[in-house]
Amino acid sequence: MTEQNRITLVEAVNQALHYAMSKDENVVVLGEDVAVNGGVFRATVGLRERFGIKRVMDTPLAEALIAGVSIGMASQGLKPVAEIQFLGFIYAAMEQLVSHAARMRNRTRGRITCPMVVRVPFGGGIHAPEHHSESTEALFAHIPGLRVVIPSSPRRAYGLLLSAVENPDPIIFMEPKRIYRATKQAVPDDGKSLPLDTCFTLRQGTDVTLVSWGASILETMQAAKRLAERDISAEVIDVACIKPLDIDTILYSVKKTGRCVVIHEAARSFGVGAEIVAQLHEQAFFDLLAPVKRVTGYDVTMPYYQMEKHYIPTTERIISAVEQSMEQA
Amino acid sequence: MKRNPACAIEYVQYLNEKGELTQPIPKWAEQSNLLLRYYREMVMARHADQKAISLQRTGKLGTYPSILGQEAINVVIGSVLNKDDVFVPYYRDHTAMVMRGMKQADVYRYWGGDERGSANPDVGKDLPYCVPIATQVSHATGVAAAIKIRGEQRAVLCTCGDGATSKGDFLEAINLAGVWQLPVVFLINNNQWAISVPRTIQCGAPTLAQKGIGAGIPALQVDGNDVIALHEIVSEALQRARLHKGATVIEAISYRLGDHTTADDATRYRTNEELRDAWQREPIKRLQHYLHQRGDWDESKEQRLQAQAADQVQQAVDEYLQTPQQSINDLFLYHYEELPAGLAEQLSEADMANQLQEKAGQRG
Repeated sequence: MTEQNRITLVEAVNQALHYAMSKDENVVVLGEDVAVNGGVFRATVGLRERFGIKRVMDTPLAEALIAGVSIGMASQGLKPVAEIQFLGFIYAAMEQLVSHAARMRNRTRGRITCPMVVRVPFGGGIHAPEHHSESTEALFAHIPGLRVVIPSSPRRAYGLLLSAVENPDPIIFMEPKRIYRATKQAVPDDGKSLPLDTCFTLRQGTDVTLVSWGASILETMQAAKRLAERDISAEVIDVACIKPLDIDTILYSVKKTGRCVVIHEAARSFGVGAEIVAQLHEQAFFDLLAPVKRVTGYDVTMPYYQMEKHYIPTTERIISAVEQSMEQA
Repeated sequence: MKRNPACAIEYVQYLNEKGELTQPIPKWAEQSNLLLRYYREMVMARHADQKAISLQRTGKLGTYPSILGQEAINVVIGSVLNKDDVFVPYYRDHTAMVMRGMKQADVYRYWGGDERGSANPDVGKDLPYCVPIATQVSHATGVAAAIKIRGEQRAVLCTCGDGATSKGDFLEAINLAGVWQLPVVFLINNNQWAISVPRTIQCGAPTLAQKGIGAGIPALQVDGNDVIALHEIVSEALQRARLHKGATVIEAISYRLGDHTTADDATRYRTNEELRDAWQREPIKRLQHYLHQRGDWDESKEQRLQAQAADQVQQAVDEYLQTPQQSINDLFLYHYEELPAGLAEQLSEADMANQLQEKAGQRG
């Protein structure tokens, strides 16, 4: 692949949206600043020019409305891909997502469904104002009926977003904006989607399993590389599909390595990491050589950017947790 | 001083509380068939509603919101919508939903705690009951946007109560309908009460309709106990919508003659005098008076209708009470298109728990 074919994660999102809209006229895009401006992160750039104002819609500034309108559209067979500009502003839309998007299929025993995707950039690391840096994936993962998907590379962003748009369930598609432009990959625009029911094993290893998702994959992979220099072989799993969770891939790995560290940017308590640890305890207790550890954000408000470096899990913290795990057995 | 003429809110009535015409009757109402249908459907609605309350009082139904006094709004909605229009109800629209294809037995099923009440495919793409206040209003704009995107000549009708107009969802949704010129009619059933909170302390504006003006949408009030006025106004608004001439906000002035739900006791907050007064304006009696005057109705017809209504409602009750039980599968199968592996394990767990429970029951 030439450099020209290599694209960033946010460009991969854009490429997937172009592909999905060109293949299915039921796919529509709506949100704040998504049409003329192409999205504040440029994720929807070029869609309006290519597919027209009927299918690419700037909405008034109202998050609950964006979710509610998407539900109404989806109930009639459209496939809305809505953007909520930042995760910190999605809470106004929570009632719609929790009380309707997640429940419509069950409420009507399948008569009305909500095939919709809510794309939402999340996480810290870009010097944004307050409320622009949260990682509250656990809130959505807790809700029966919702799917939660988090890509961590351009290729997975493309393949998972294509799947999300095709999938008939309501999906919260969380985009780690810290790595929107961190790396480039060759992502052929071939329409190949990735499964929504599996983790991705990014690196094989035998001593410890590192489980992470989103932007923290960056530090997790760096930690794995540095551990390798010290002859500690770390397997790295990108959960990617947070809900429903593919625990089998994680179990398979942990039964092999006997050790596990879960890394996420979100606050620790009651988080997705806690769920993974609980399931490991239930299903792999006798295979564990050491207690499963968590390297996470602390149970404090996501700090404004000056203090972020003390909050977001670092490579050093991950290495330290692995060292402790290795010492325990 | 300039005045903006758009801010005047019209109030429309044809048939007053005594059953007298207050303005010349519209052409369609000179014929008897539709008015007679409205009368029959309202009588049927009241029977079905009273039966629901009895079922609840005898432990055969869960908490139920009565439509007592709001029959006119229901039957007009059920009649003026075309089959391929979309109805987005709130939770006090039983008869309108039945006229749109839901079975009366399904109404009882739903309020009897069974999701299958909302599953009937005959209902098409109408949305189901919506309990969280005002949230359905933005769904309606989404449905209308879908119709507009596809360039179809169909309309959406969305109902909500007076309390709903205080919520952001209502305001956000009508705002969008105004700016996108959506084919949707918002019908506020202003029944004067949001549980114990009266209209007077719900909103400081003299009308709720005028919220439409803030969204750039034509808005008016109509006597919500007058089927003729409702039919005129709602039909016209729907036709405007179908022709892509934009949305309408209609505030239908009605009165909640019953409690908020069977779990409520309105005597705690409402005077008998007010209630007695409201009964003078209820929709069925006035239409009966008018039809009598026209010679379209008499005592023997009334007796036949009452017997027929009681019989039909009993059939619906029988059908409801014979509904087979749901299986444990039903608890799990409808959350995702395909059952995720983790959820399949929980389904097995629930099955096992159920079997243990049944065994324990047999021993007991």
